[in-house]
Amino acid sequence: MTTAARLPLSSGRAALHAVVSGFDVERVRADFPILQQRVNGHPLVYLDNAATSQKPKVVMDAIVRYYENDNANIHRGVHALSQRATEDFEIARKTVQSFLGAKLPSEIIFVRSATEAINLVAQTYGRQHVGEGDEVVITAMEHHSNIVPWQLLCEEKRGKLLVAPINDQGELVLEEFGRMLGPKTKIVSLGHVSNALGTVNPIAEIVKMAHAKNIPVLVDGAQAAPRLPVDVQELGCDFYAFSGHKSYGPTGIGILYGKAALLEAMPPYQGGGDMISSVTFEKTVYNKVPHKFEAGTPDMSGAVGLRAAIEYLEGLGMENIAAYEHELLTYATEVVGAIPGVRLIGTAREKAGVLSFVMEGVHPHDIGTILDQQGIAIRTGHHCAQPVMRRFGVDATARASFGLYNTKEEINALVRGIQKVQEVFG
Amino acid sequence: MADLRDLYQEVILEHSRTPRNFRELKTANHKAEGYNPLCGDRFVVYLQMDGDSIQDIAFQGSGCAISKASASMMTQSLKGKTKAEAEELFSRFHKVVTGQLPANGNAEELGKLAVFSGVSEFPVRVKCATLAWHTLEAALEGKQEAVSTE
Repeated sequence: MTTAARLPLSSGRAALHAVVSGFDVERVRADFPILQQRVNGHPLVYLDNAATSQKPKVVMDAIVRYYENDNANIHRGVHALSQRATEDFEIARKTVQSFLGAKLPSEIIFVRSATEAINLVAQTYGRQHVGEGDEVVITAMEHHSNIVPWQLLCEEKRGKLLVAPINDQGELVLEEFGRMLGPKTKIVSLGHVSNALGTVNPIAEIVKMAHAKNIPVLVDGAQAAPRLPVDVQELGCDFYAFSGHKSYGPTGIGILYGKAALLEAMPPYQGGGDMISSVTFEKTVYNKVPHKFEAGTPDMSGAVGLRAAIEYLEGLGMENIAAYEHELLTYATEVVGAIPGVRLIGTAREKAGVLSFVMEGVHPHDIGTILDQQGIAIRTGHHCAQPVMRRFGVDATARASFGLYNTKEEINALVRGIQKVQEVFG
Repeated sequence: MADLRDLYQEVILEHSRTPRNFRELKTANHKAEGYNPLCGDRFVVYLQMDGDSIQDIAFQGSGCAISKASASMMTQSLKGKTKAEAEELFSRFHKVVTGQLPANGNAEELGKLAVFSGVSEFPVRVKCATLAWHTLEAALEGKQEAVSTE
Protein backbone atom coordinates (compact mmCIF):
# COMPACT_ATOMS: atom_id res chain seq x y z
CA MET A 1 0.00 0.00 0.00
CA THR A 2 1.41 3.38 -0.94
CA THR A 3 0.56 6.80 0.30
CA ALA A 4 -1.07 7.53 -3.04
CA ALA A 5 -3.49 4.65 -2.72
CA ARG A 6 -4.82 5.89 0.60
CA LEU A 7 -5.41 9.47 -0.46
CA PRO A 8 -8.90 10.87 -0.66
CA LEU A 9 -9.87 11.67 -4.23
CA SER A 10 -9.79 15.43 -3.94
CA SER A 11 -6.25 15.73 -2.65
CA GLY A 12 -4.70 13.09 -4.94
CA ARG A 13 -2.98 15.54 -7.19
CA ALA A 14 -1.01 17.58 -4.74
CA ALA A 15 -0.04 14.65 -2.55
CA LEU A 16 1.22 12.58 -5.47
CA HIS A 17 3.63 15.36 -6.35
CA ALA A 18 5.01 14.95 -2.88
CA VAL A 19 5.53 11.18 -3.11
CA VAL A 20 6.76 11.05 -6.71
CA SER A 21 9.85 13.01 -7.45
CA GLY A 22 10.89 12.58 -11.04
CA PHE A 23 9.49 9.23 -12.04
CA ASP A 24 9.79 6.45 -9.52
CA VAL A 25 8.45 3.47 -11.39
CA GLU A 26 8.64 1.12 -8.40
CA ARG A 27 6.39 3.48 -6.46
CA VAL A 28 4.02 3.64 -9.41
CA ARG A 29 3.89 -0.14 -9.71
CA ALA A 30 2.85 -0.44 -6.09
CA ASP A 31 -0.29 1.56 -6.93
CA PHE A 32 -1.49 -1.22 -9.28
CA PRO A 33 -2.66 -4.27 -7.31
CA ILE A 34 -3.04 -6.46 -10.40
CA LEU A 35 0.65 -6.21 -11.22
CA GLN A 36 1.62 -7.95 -7.97
CA GLN A 37 0.97 -11.46 -9.27
CA ARG A 38 2.63 -14.36 -11.02
CA VAL A 39 1.30 -15.82 -14.25
CA ASN A 40 2.33 -19.32 -15.31
CA GLY A 41 4.93 -19.30 -12.56
CA HIS A 42 6.54 -16.01 -13.60
CA PRO A 43 6.02 -12.41 -12.45
CA LEU A 44 3.35 -10.85 -14.67
CA VAL A 45 4.84 -8.66 -17.41
CA TYR A 46 1.88 -6.74 -18.78
CA LEU A 47 2.68 -5.38 -22.23
CA ASP A 48 -0.84 -5.15 -23.65
CA ASN A 49 -1.57 -1.59 -22.64
CA ALA A 50 -2.77 -0.48 -26.07
CA ALA A 51 -5.65 -2.96 -25.64
CA THR A 52 -6.45 -1.84 -22.13
CA SER A 53 -4.48 -0.45 -19.23
CA GLN A 54 -4.51 -1.66 -15.65
CA LYS A 55 -6.09 0.48 -12.96
CA PRO A 56 -4.42 2.13 -9.99
CA LYS A 57 -6.05 1.44 -6.65
CA VAL A 58 -7.22 5.08 -6.37
CA VAL A 59 -9.54 4.45 -9.33
CA MET A 60 -11.10 1.36 -7.79
CA ASP A 61 -11.37 3.10 -4.42
CA ALA A 62 -13.14 6.08 -5.99
CA ILE A 63 -15.72 3.80 -7.61
CA VAL A 64 -16.34 1.91 -4.38
CA ARG A 65 -16.59 5.18 -2.46
CA TYR A 66 -19.13 6.49 -4.98
CA TYR A 67 -21.35 3.41 -4.60
CA GLU A 68 -20.94 3.27 -0.84
CA ASN A 69 -21.73 6.93 -0.24
CA ASP A 70 -23.16 8.94 -3.10
CA ASN A 71 -25.01 6.73 -5.58
CA ALA A 72 -28.32 8.05 -6.91
CA ASN A 73 -29.60 9.05 -10.31
CA ILE A 74 -28.27 12.40 -11.41
CA HIS A 75 -29.99 15.65 -12.42
CA ARG A 76 -33.37 16.93 -11.27
CA GLY A 77 -33.21 15.02 -7.99
CA VAL A 78 -34.12 17.11 -4.96
CA HIS A 79 -32.66 14.72 -2.42
CA ALA A 80 -29.17 14.83 -1.02
CA LEU A 81 -27.76 11.74 -2.71
CA SER A 82 -28.95 12.84 -6.14
CA GLN A 83 -27.35 16.21 -5.62
CA ARG A 84 -24.10 14.59 -4.56
CA ALA A 85 -24.12 12.16 -7.48
CA THR A 86 -24.83 15.03 -9.88
CA GLU A 87 -21.98 16.99 -8.40
CA ASP A 88 -19.62 13.99 -8.71
CA PHE A 89 -20.62 13.59 -12.33
CA GLU A 90 -20.22 17.25 -13.22
CA ILE A 91 -16.91 17.54 -11.36
CA ALA A 92 -15.69 14.63 -13.46
CA ARG A 93 -16.72 16.56 -16.56
CA LYS A 94 -14.67 19.54 -15.41
CA THR A 95 -11.71 17.28 -14.70
CA VAL A 96 -11.83 16.02 -18.29
CA GLN A 97 -12.26 19.57 -19.55
CA SER A 98 -9.07 20.67 -17.87
CA PHE A 99 -7.24 17.45 -18.86
CA LEU A 100 -7.91 18.21 -22.55
CA GLY A 101 -7.68 21.98 -22.29
CA ALA A 102 -11.27 22.47 -23.45
CA LYS A 103 -12.74 25.96 -23.01
CA LEU A 104 -16.05 24.85 -21.49
CA PRO A 105 -17.28 21.86 -19.48
CA SER A 106 -20.20 21.62 -21.92
CA GLU A 107 -17.71 20.69 -24.65
CA ILE A 108 -17.16 17.36 -22.87
CA ILE A 109 -19.67 14.61 -23.64
CA PHE A 110 -19.69 11.34 -21.74
CA VAL A 111 -20.08 8.30 -23.98
CA ARG A 112 -19.31 4.58 -23.63
CA SER A 113 -16.01 4.48 -25.48
CA ALA A 114 -13.84 6.21 -28.06
CA THR A 115 -15.68 4.08 -30.61
CA GLU A 116 -19.01 5.52 -29.54
CA ALA A 117 -17.58 9.03 -29.67
CA ILE A 118 -16.62 8.56 -33.33
CA ASN A 119 -19.98 6.97 -34.14
CA LEU A 120 -21.71 9.89 -32.45
CA VAL A 121 -19.99 12.41 -34.73
CA ALA A 122 -20.55 10.27 -37.83
CA GLN A 123 -24.24 9.88 -37.05
CA THR A 124 -24.90 13.52 -36.15
CA TYR A 125 -22.42 15.91 -37.76
CA GLY A 126 -21.78 13.38 -40.52
CA ARG A 127 -25.40 12.75 -41.44
CA GLN A 128 -26.08 16.47 -41.35
CA HIS A 129 -23.21 17.43 -43.65
CA VAL A 130 -22.26 14.50 -45.86
CA GLY A 131 -24.43 14.13 -48.96
CA GLU A 132 -24.17 12.28 -52.23
CA GLY A 133 -20.70 12.61 -53.73
CA ASP A 134 -19.26 14.26 -50.61
CA GLU A 135 -16.02 12.98 -49.15
CA VAL A 136 -14.73 11.85 -45.78
CA VAL A 137 -10.93 11.59 -45.44
CA ILE A 138 -9.27 9.11 -43.08
CA THR A 139 -5.78 7.53 -43.15
CA ALA A 140 -4.41 4.08 -43.93
CA MET A 141 -3.38 3.54 -40.29
CA GLU A 142 -6.79 3.79 -38.68
CA HIS A 143 -8.29 1.36 -36.18
CA HIS A 144 -11.50 -0.27 -37.44
CA SER A 145 -13.40 2.05 -35.08
CA ASN A 146 -12.31 5.01 -37.21
CA ILE A 147 -13.08 3.28 -40.51
CA VAL A 148 -16.40 1.49 -40.15
CA PRO A 149 -18.52 4.40 -38.76
CA TRP A 150 -17.52 6.44 -41.83
CA GLN A 151 -18.18 3.53 -44.18
CA LEU A 152 -21.68 3.20 -42.73
CA LEU A 153 -22.23 6.92 -43.21
CA CYS A 154 -20.88 6.97 -46.77
CA GLU A 155 -22.96 3.95 -47.67
CA GLU A 156 -26.12 5.58 -46.40
CA LYS A 157 -25.45 8.99 -47.93
CA ARG A 158 -23.69 7.78 -51.09
CA GLY A 159 -20.59 9.64 -50.00
CA LYS A 160 -16.98 8.64 -50.65
CA LEU A 161 -14.43 7.49 -48.13
CA LEU A 162 -10.90 8.58 -49.12
CA VAL A 163 -7.89 6.98 -47.45
CA ALA A 164 -4.65 8.96 -47.18
CA PRO A 165 -1.64 6.67 -47.69
CA ILE A 166 1.21 5.89 -45.31
CA ASN A 167 4.86 5.24 -46.19
CA ASP A 168 6.98 2.17 -45.38
CA GLN A 169 7.83 3.57 -41.94
CA GLY A 170 4.14 3.90 -41.13
CA GLU A 171 3.99 7.71 -41.42
CA LEU A 172 1.17 9.61 -43.05
CA VAL A 173 2.21 10.97 -46.46
CA LEU A 174 1.24 14.59 -45.85
CA GLU A 175 1.47 15.76 -49.47
CA GLU A 176 -0.94 13.04 -50.60
CA PHE A 177 -3.20 13.78 -47.68
CA GLY A 178 -3.22 17.48 -48.60
CA ARG A 179 -4.14 16.68 -52.18
CA MET A 180 -7.21 14.75 -51.00
CA LEU A 181 -8.70 17.78 -49.26
CA GLY A 182 -11.11 19.61 -51.53
CA PRO A 183 -14.47 21.35 -51.73
CA LYS A 184 -16.26 18.03 -51.31
CA THR A 185 -14.40 17.04 -48.14
CA LYS A 186 -16.79 17.36 -45.22
CA ILE A 187 -14.65 15.98 -42.42
CA VAL A 188 -11.21 14.55 -41.72
CA SER A 189 -10.93 11.83 -39.09
CA LEU A 190 -7.64 10.34 -37.97
CA GLY A 191 -5.82 8.83 -35.04
CA HIS A 192 -3.45 10.81 -32.84
CA VAL A 193 -1.32 7.71 -32.12
CA SER A 194 -1.70 4.53 -34.20
CA ASN A 195 -2.59 1.48 -32.12
CA ALA A 196 -0.97 -0.93 -34.58
CA LEU A 197 2.18 1.03 -35.44
CA GLY A 198 2.71 3.57 -32.67
CA THR A 199 3.02 6.44 -35.16
CA VAL A 200 2.29 9.87 -33.68
CA ASN A 201 0.56 12.01 -36.30
CA PRO A 202 1.41 15.73 -36.56
CA ILE A 203 -2.12 16.74 -35.62
CA ALA A 204 -1.57 20.50 -35.33
CA GLU A 205 -0.12 20.63 -38.83
CA ILE A 206 -2.86 18.40 -40.24
CA VAL A 207 -5.56 20.54 -38.61
CA LYS A 208 -4.03 23.67 -40.17
CA MET A 209 -4.12 22.05 -43.61
CA ALA A 210 -7.77 21.04 -43.16
CA HIS A 211 -8.89 24.31 -41.59
CA ALA A 212 -7.35 26.24 -44.49
CA LYS A 213 -10.12 24.60 -46.50
CA ASN A 214 -12.75 24.94 -43.77
CA ILE A 215 -12.80 21.21 -43.08
CA PRO A 216 -13.30 20.09 -39.47
CA VAL A 217 -11.03 17.43 -37.96
CA LEU A 218 -11.87 14.62 -35.56
CA VAL A 219 -8.94 13.10 -33.69
CA ASP A 220 -9.15 9.58 -32.28
CA GLY A 221 -7.05 9.96 -29.15
CA ALA A 222 -7.60 6.51 -27.65
CA GLN A 223 -3.87 5.74 -27.67
CA ALA A 224 -2.66 9.31 -27.14
CA ALA A 225 -4.65 10.37 -24.07
CA PRO A 226 -2.82 7.97 -21.71
CA ARG A 227 0.60 8.67 -23.27
CA LEU A 228 1.00 12.31 -24.29
CA PRO A 229 0.00 15.70 -22.93
CA VAL A 230 -3.10 16.61 -24.96
CA ASP A 231 -4.25 20.19 -25.38
CA VAL A 232 -7.10 20.59 -27.84
CA GLN A 233 -6.34 24.33 -28.16
CA GLU A 234 -2.79 23.58 -29.29
CA LEU A 235 -3.96 20.80 -31.58
CA GLY A 236 -6.76 22.99 -32.92
CA CYS A 237 -8.95 19.96 -33.65
CA ASP A 238 -12.73 20.20 -33.69
CA PHE A 239 -13.44 16.84 -32.05
CA TYR A 240 -11.29 14.64 -29.82
CA ALA A 241 -12.26 11.13 -28.70
CA PHE A 242 -10.71 8.93 -26.05
CA SER A 243 -11.64 6.05 -23.78
CA GLY A 244 -11.42 5.71 -20.03
CA HIS A 245 -10.14 2.17 -19.92
CA LYS A 246 -7.01 2.80 -21.99
CA SER A 247 -6.22 5.79 -19.77
CA TYR A 248 -6.03 3.84 -16.49
CA GLY A 249 -9.72 4.44 -15.83
CA PRO A 250 -12.67 2.04 -15.83
CA THR A 251 -14.22 0.33 -18.84
CA GLY A 252 -17.54 1.57 -20.17
CA ILE A 253 -16.77 5.26 -20.24
CA GLY A 254 -15.39 7.36 -23.06
CA ILE A 255 -15.16 11.01 -23.94
CA LEU A 256 -16.06 13.11 -26.91
CA TYR A 257 -14.74 16.64 -26.91
CA GLY A 258 -16.34 18.94 -29.46
CA LYS A 259 -16.11 22.67 -30.04
CA ALA A 260 -19.20 24.31 -28.56
CA ALA A 261 -20.37 25.93 -31.81
CA LEU A 262 -20.25 22.60 -33.65
CA LEU A 263 -21.98 20.67 -30.87
CA GLU A 264 -24.75 23.22 -30.65
CA ALA A 265 -25.50 22.97 -34.36
CA MET A 266 -25.52 19.18 -34.36
CA PRO A 267 -28.71 17.14 -34.08
CA PRO A 268 -29.05 14.78 -31.08
CA TYR A 269 -27.47 11.31 -31.21
CA GLN A 270 -29.92 9.18 -29.23
CA GLY A 271 -33.32 10.05 -27.85
CA GLY A 272 -34.43 9.53 -24.28
CA GLY A 273 -34.39 11.04 -20.84
CA ASP A 274 -31.98 13.81 -19.87
CA MET A 275 -31.48 14.94 -23.47
CA ILE A 276 -34.75 16.89 -23.54
CA SER A 277 -36.00 20.10 -22.01
CA SER A 278 -39.67 19.43 -22.78
CA VAL A 279 -41.60 16.62 -24.39
CA THR A 280 -45.11 16.51 -25.80
CA PHE A 281 -46.35 14.00 -28.34
CA GLU A 282 -46.31 16.80 -30.89
CA LYS A 283 -42.89 18.28 -30.27
CA THR A 284 -39.80 17.72 -28.18
CA VAL A 285 -37.40 20.51 -27.33
CA TYR A 286 -33.86 19.24 -26.84
CA ASN A 287 -31.74 20.02 -23.85
CA LYS A 288 -28.59 22.15 -24.09
CA VAL A 289 -25.19 20.67 -24.79
CA PRO A 290 -23.69 18.47 -23.47
CA HIS A 291 -26.95 16.92 -22.16
CA LYS A 292 -28.45 16.85 -25.66
CA PHE A 293 -25.99 14.06 -26.41
CA GLU A 294 -26.36 12.16 -23.15
CA ALA A 295 -29.66 10.34 -23.38
CA GLY A 296 -30.49 7.96 -20.56
CA THR A 297 -28.78 7.35 -17.23
CA PRO A 298 -25.05 7.69 -17.86
CA ASP A 299 -22.15 5.71 -16.40
CA MET A 300 -21.85 7.75 -13.24
CA SER A 301 -19.42 5.51 -11.42
CA GLY A 302 -17.39 5.36 -14.64
CA ALA A 303 -17.15 9.15 -14.68
CA VAL A 304 -16.03 9.13 -11.05
CA GLY A 305 -13.41 6.45 -11.85
CA LEU A 306 -12.20 8.37 -14.88
CA ARG A 307 -11.80 11.49 -12.76
CA ALA A 308 -9.66 9.53 -10.31
CA ALA A 309 -7.57 8.16 -13.20
CA ILE A 310 -7.00 11.62 -14.67
CA GLU A 311 -6.05 13.00 -11.28
CA TYR A 312 -3.63 10.12 -10.89
CA LEU A 313 -2.09 10.84 -14.30
CA GLU A 314 -1.89 14.56 -13.62
CA GLY A 315 -0.32 13.83 -10.26
CA LEU A 316 2.48 12.02 -12.05
CA GLY A 317 2.49 14.64 -14.82
CA MET A 318 1.72 13.80 -18.43
CA GLU A 319 5.07 15.28 -19.49
CA ASN A 320 6.86 12.91 -17.10
CA ILE A 321 4.81 9.94 -18.28
CA ALA A 322 5.49 10.76 -21.93
CA ALA A 323 9.20 11.16 -21.27
CA TYR A 324 9.41 7.92 -19.31
CA GLU A 325 7.49 5.89 -21.89
CA HIS A 326 9.59 7.40 -24.66
CA GLU A 327 12.67 6.12 -22.88
CA LEU A 328 11.09 2.66 -22.57
CA LEU A 329 10.07 2.56 -26.23
CA THR A 330 13.51 3.70 -27.38
CA TYR A 331 15.14 0.98 -25.30
CA ALA A 332 12.68 -1.70 -26.49
CA THR A 333 13.14 -0.68 -30.12
CA GLU A 334 16.89 -1.01 -29.73
CA VAL A 335 17.02 -4.37 -27.96
CA VAL A 336 14.09 -6.12 -29.67
CA GLY A 337 15.09 -4.71 -33.06
CA ALA A 338 18.59 -6.13 -32.57
CA ILE A 339 17.38 -9.74 -32.26
CA PRO A 340 18.23 -11.56 -35.51
CA GLY A 341 15.08 -12.64 -37.39
CA VAL A 342 12.90 -9.94 -35.81
CA ARG A 343 11.44 -7.26 -38.06
CA LEU A 344 9.80 -4.17 -36.58
CA ILE A 345 6.56 -3.01 -38.20
CA GLY A 346 6.12 0.73 -37.82
CA THR A 347 9.35 2.69 -37.58
CA ALA A 348 8.06 6.26 -37.75
CA ARG A 349 10.33 9.01 -36.41
CA GLU A 350 7.61 10.09 -33.98
CA LYS A 351 6.26 7.12 -32.07
CA ALA A 352 4.59 6.39 -28.77
CA GLY A 353 3.88 3.32 -26.72
CA VAL A 354 3.71 0.57 -29.34
CA LEU A 355 6.27 -1.93 -30.62
CA SER A 356 4.85 -4.16 -33.37
CA PHE A 357 7.03 -6.91 -34.78
CA VAL A 358 7.09 -10.12 -36.76
CA MET A 359 9.56 -13.01 -36.59
CA GLU A 360 10.92 -14.99 -39.46
CA GLY A 361 9.24 -18.40 -39.64
CA VAL A 362 7.07 -17.95 -36.54
CA HIS A 363 3.45 -16.88 -36.60
CA PRO A 364 2.60 -14.10 -34.10
CA HIS A 365 0.01 -16.33 -32.42
CA ASP A 366 2.72 -18.84 -31.55
CA ILE A 367 4.89 -16.01 -30.23
CA GLY A 368 1.97 -14.95 -28.01
CA THR A 369 1.49 -18.43 -26.55
CA ILE A 370 5.16 -18.95 -25.78
CA LEU A 371 5.51 -15.51 -24.17
CA ASP A 372 2.37 -16.14 -22.11
CA GLN A 373 4.00 -19.25 -20.71
CA GLN A 374 6.65 -16.89 -19.33
CA GLY A 375 4.07 -14.55 -17.82
CA ILE A 376 4.43 -11.98 -20.60
CA ALA A 377 1.17 -10.56 -21.95
CA ILE A 378 1.34 -9.15 -25.46
CA ARG A 379 -1.29 -8.99 -28.19
CA THR A 380 -1.07 -10.87 -31.45
CA GLY A 381 -3.25 -10.56 -34.50
CA HIS A 382 -4.43 -7.73 -36.68
CA HIS A 383 -5.09 -5.28 -33.80
CA CYS A 384 -8.40 -4.20 -35.36
CA ALA A 385 -6.38 -2.65 -38.16
CA GLN A 386 -6.55 -5.15 -41.02
CA PRO A 387 -5.78 -2.51 -43.69
CA VAL A 388 -2.52 -1.72 -41.85
CA MET A 389 -1.59 -5.43 -41.89
CA ARG A 390 -2.22 -5.57 -45.64
CA ARG A 391 -0.16 -2.40 -46.17
CA PHE A 392 2.85 -4.14 -44.59
CA GLY A 393 2.15 -7.48 -46.27
CA VAL A 394 1.58 -9.44 -43.05
CA ASP A 395 -1.48 -11.30 -41.71
CA ALA A 396 -0.76 -10.34 -38.16
CA THR A 397 1.92 -8.92 -35.88
CA ALA A 398 3.02 -9.40 -32.31
CA ARG A 399 2.54 -6.16 -30.41
CA ALA A 400 4.12 -5.11 -27.15
CA SER A 401 2.58 -1.88 -25.87
CA PHE A 402 3.86 -0.01 -22.86
CA GLY A 403 2.33 1.76 -19.94
CA LEU A 404 3.61 4.01 -17.21
CA TYR A 405 4.31 1.04 -14.89
CA ASN A 406 6.52 -0.95 -17.27
CA THR A 407 10.25 -1.22 -16.68
CA LYS A 408 13.41 -1.88 -18.62
CA GLU A 409 13.70 -5.16 -16.72
CA GLU A 410 10.34 -6.19 -18.21
CA ILE A 411 11.64 -5.35 -21.67
CA ASN A 412 14.64 -7.57 -20.93
CA ALA A 413 12.14 -10.31 -20.00
CA LEU A 414 10.46 -9.75 -23.37
CA VAL A 415 13.82 -10.18 -25.11
CA ARG A 416 14.47 -13.42 -23.21
CA GLY A 417 10.94 -14.51 -24.12
CA ILE A 418 11.56 -13.90 -27.81
CA GLN A 419 14.80 -15.86 -27.55
CA LYS A 420 12.79 -18.71 -26.02
CA VAL A 421 10.43 -18.55 -29.01
CA GLN A 422 13.43 -18.95 -31.30
CA GLU A 423 14.65 -21.85 -29.19
CA VAL A 424 11.29 -23.67 -29.49
CA PHE A 425 11.08 -23.04 -33.21
CA GLY A 426 14.85 -23.42 -33.66
CA MET B 1 1.81 -25.39 -15.54
CA ALA B 2 1.47 -26.54 -19.12
CA ASP B 3 4.67 -27.47 -20.88
CA LEU B 4 5.39 -25.74 -24.16
CA ARG B 5 6.90 -28.94 -25.52
CA ASP B 6 3.52 -30.65 -25.09
CA LEU B 7 2.09 -28.12 -27.49
CA TYR B 8 4.98 -27.62 -29.86
CA GLN B 9 5.98 -31.22 -30.41
CA GLU B 10 8.71 -31.84 -32.94
CA VAL B 11 6.27 -33.48 -35.38
CA ILE B 12 4.04 -30.42 -35.25
CA LEU B 13 6.93 -28.02 -35.83
CA GLU B 14 8.17 -30.14 -38.71
CA HIS B 15 4.75 -30.19 -40.41
CA SER B 16 4.35 -26.45 -39.93
CA ARG B 17 7.71 -25.87 -41.63
CA THR B 18 7.08 -28.26 -44.52
CA PRO B 19 3.37 -28.91 -44.79
CA ARG B 20 2.23 -31.91 -46.83
CA ASN B 21 -0.38 -31.71 -49.60
CA PHE B 22 0.12 -27.96 -49.53
CA ARG B 23 -1.13 -27.01 -52.97
CA GLU B 24 -4.18 -26.22 -55.01
CA LEU B 25 -5.93 -29.41 -56.08
CA LYS B 26 -6.90 -28.91 -59.73
CA THR B 27 -9.12 -31.99 -59.76
CA ALA B 28 -11.08 -30.96 -56.68
CA ASN B 29 -14.86 -31.24 -56.86
CA HIS B 30 -15.37 -29.90 -53.31
CA LYS B 31 -13.64 -27.00 -51.63
CA ALA B 32 -14.21 -24.64 -48.74
CA GLU B 33 -12.49 -21.71 -47.09
CA GLY B 34 -11.96 -21.40 -43.35
CA TYR B 35 -11.02 -18.26 -41.45
CA ASN B 36 -10.05 -17.53 -37.88
CA PRO B 37 -10.61 -13.79 -37.39
CA LEU B 38 -8.82 -13.93 -34.02
CA CYS B 39 -5.41 -14.48 -35.57
CA GLY B 40 -6.06 -14.08 -39.28
CA ASP B 41 -5.47 -17.75 -40.14
CA ARG B 42 -7.02 -18.61 -43.47
CA PHE B 43 -7.08 -21.96 -45.25
CA VAL B 44 -8.73 -23.48 -48.31
CA VAL B 45 -9.34 -27.22 -48.20
CA TYR B 46 -9.71 -29.04 -51.53
CA LEU B 47 -11.35 -32.45 -51.89
CA GLN B 48 -11.57 -34.79 -54.80
CA MET B 49 -14.48 -37.03 -53.92
CA ASP B 50 -15.57 -40.19 -55.63
CA GLY B 51 -19.00 -40.75 -54.20
CA ASP B 52 -18.44 -40.86 -50.46
CA SER B 53 -14.75 -41.57 -50.71
CA ILE B 54 -11.97 -39.00 -50.39
CA GLN B 55 -9.73 -39.76 -53.38
CA ASP B 56 -7.43 -36.80 -52.87
CA ILE B 57 -7.15 -33.89 -50.45
CA ALA B 58 -4.97 -30.77 -50.31
CA PHE B 59 -4.91 -27.37 -48.68
CA GLN B 60 -3.51 -23.88 -49.09
CA GLY B 61 -3.33 -20.80 -46.94
CA SER B 62 -1.52 -19.28 -44.01
CA GLY B 63 -1.66 -19.60 -40.29
CA CYS B 64 0.16 -20.35 -37.07
CA ALA B 65 2.24 -23.48 -36.48
CA ILE B 66 -0.63 -25.34 -34.83
CA SER B 67 -3.21 -24.62 -37.53
CA LYS B 68 -0.83 -25.34 -40.38
CA ALA B 69 0.48 -28.58 -38.91
CA SER B 70 -3.06 -29.68 -38.10
CA ALA B 71 -4.15 -29.05 -41.69
CA SER B 72 -1.12 -30.87 -43.04
CA MET B 73 -1.59 -33.94 -40.85
CA MET B 74 -5.32 -33.95 -41.48
CA THR B 75 -4.75 -34.26 -45.22
CA GLN B 76 -2.34 -37.14 -44.61
CA SER B 77 -4.76 -39.06 -42.44
CA LEU B 78 -7.84 -38.64 -44.63
CA LYS B 79 -6.69 -39.76 -48.03
CA GLY B 80 -8.73 -42.83 -48.99
CA LYS B 81 -11.17 -42.42 -46.09
CA THR B 82 -14.94 -42.18 -46.49
CA LYS B 83 -16.95 -39.13 -45.52
CA ALA B 84 -18.31 -40.95 -42.46
CA GLU B 85 -14.81 -42.03 -41.38
CA ALA B 86 -13.54 -38.47 -41.77
CA GLU B 87 -16.38 -37.13 -39.65
CA GLU B 88 -15.78 -39.78 -37.00
CA LEU B 89 -12.07 -38.92 -36.88
CA PHE B 90 -12.83 -35.20 -36.50
CA SER B 91 -15.23 -35.95 -33.68
CA ARG B 92 -12.53 -37.91 -31.83
CA PHE B 93 -9.83 -35.35 -32.64
CA HIS B 94 -12.08 -32.58 -31.32
CA LYS B 95 -12.65 -34.43 -28.06
CA VAL B 96 -8.94 -34.93 -27.56
CA VAL B 97 -7.90 -31.32 -28.26
CA THR B 98 -10.65 -30.02 -25.98
CA GLY B 99 -9.60 -32.40 -23.21
CA GLN B 100 -12.85 -34.39 -23.21
CA LEU B 101 -10.98 -37.60 -24.01
CA PRO B 102 -7.47 -38.54 -22.91
CA ALA B 103 -5.18 -38.95 -25.89
CA ASN B 104 -3.68 -42.22 -24.68
CA GLY B 105 -7.03 -43.99 -24.67
CA ASN B 106 -7.43 -43.01 -28.29
CA ALA B 107 -3.92 -43.11 -29.60
CA GLU B 108 -4.63 -46.02 -31.89
CA GLU B 109 -7.71 -44.58 -33.49
CA LEU B 110 -6.17 -41.14 -33.80
CA GLY B 111 -2.82 -42.36 -35.03
CA LYS B 112 -0.28 -39.58 -35.53
CA LEU B 113 -2.93 -36.98 -34.75
CA ALA B 114 -2.51 -37.82 -31.06
CA VAL B 115 0.41 -35.35 -31.01
CA PHE B 116 -2.21 -32.60 -30.81
CA SER B 117 -3.40 -33.72 -27.37
CA GLY B 118 -1.17 -31.03 -25.80
CA VAL B 119 -3.51 -28.41 -27.26
CA SER B 120 -6.05 -29.24 -24.53
CA GLU B 121 -3.75 -27.46 -22.05
CA PHE B 122 -4.02 -24.28 -24.15
CA PRO B 123 -7.77 -23.63 -24.60
CA VAL B 124 -7.31 -20.51 -26.75
CA ARG B 125 -5.43 -22.61 -29.30
CA VAL B 126 -8.21 -25.18 -29.84
CA LYS B 127 -9.54 -23.07 -32.68
CA CYS B 128 -6.13 -23.20 -34.36
CA ALA B 129 -6.05 -27.00 -34.20
CA THR B 130 -9.60 -27.40 -35.49
CA LEU B 131 -9.72 -24.73 -38.19
CA ALA B 132 -8.75 -27.07 -41.03
CA TRP B 133 -11.18 -29.70 -39.76
CA HIS B 134 -14.10 -27.26 -39.65
CA THR B 135 -13.16 -26.23 -43.17
CA LEU B 136 -13.09 -29.88 -44.21
CA GLU B 137 -16.57 -30.34 -42.77
CA ALA B 138 -17.82 -27.39 -44.81
CA ALA B 139 -16.19 -28.79 -47.93
CA LEU B 140 -17.77 -32.21 -47.35
CA GLU B 141 -21.15 -30.57 -46.95
CA GLY B 142 -20.59 -28.45 -50.03
CA LYS B 143 -21.04 -25.16 -48.17
CA GLN B 144 -20.24 -22.14 -50.31
CA GLU B 145 -19.59 -19.52 -47.67
CA ALA B 146 -16.31 -19.31 -45.80
CA VAL B 147 -16.55 -20.90 -42.36
CA SER B 148 -15.36 -18.88 -39.42
CA THR B 149 -14.17 -20.06 -36.04
CA GLU B 150 -15.85 -17.11 -34.34
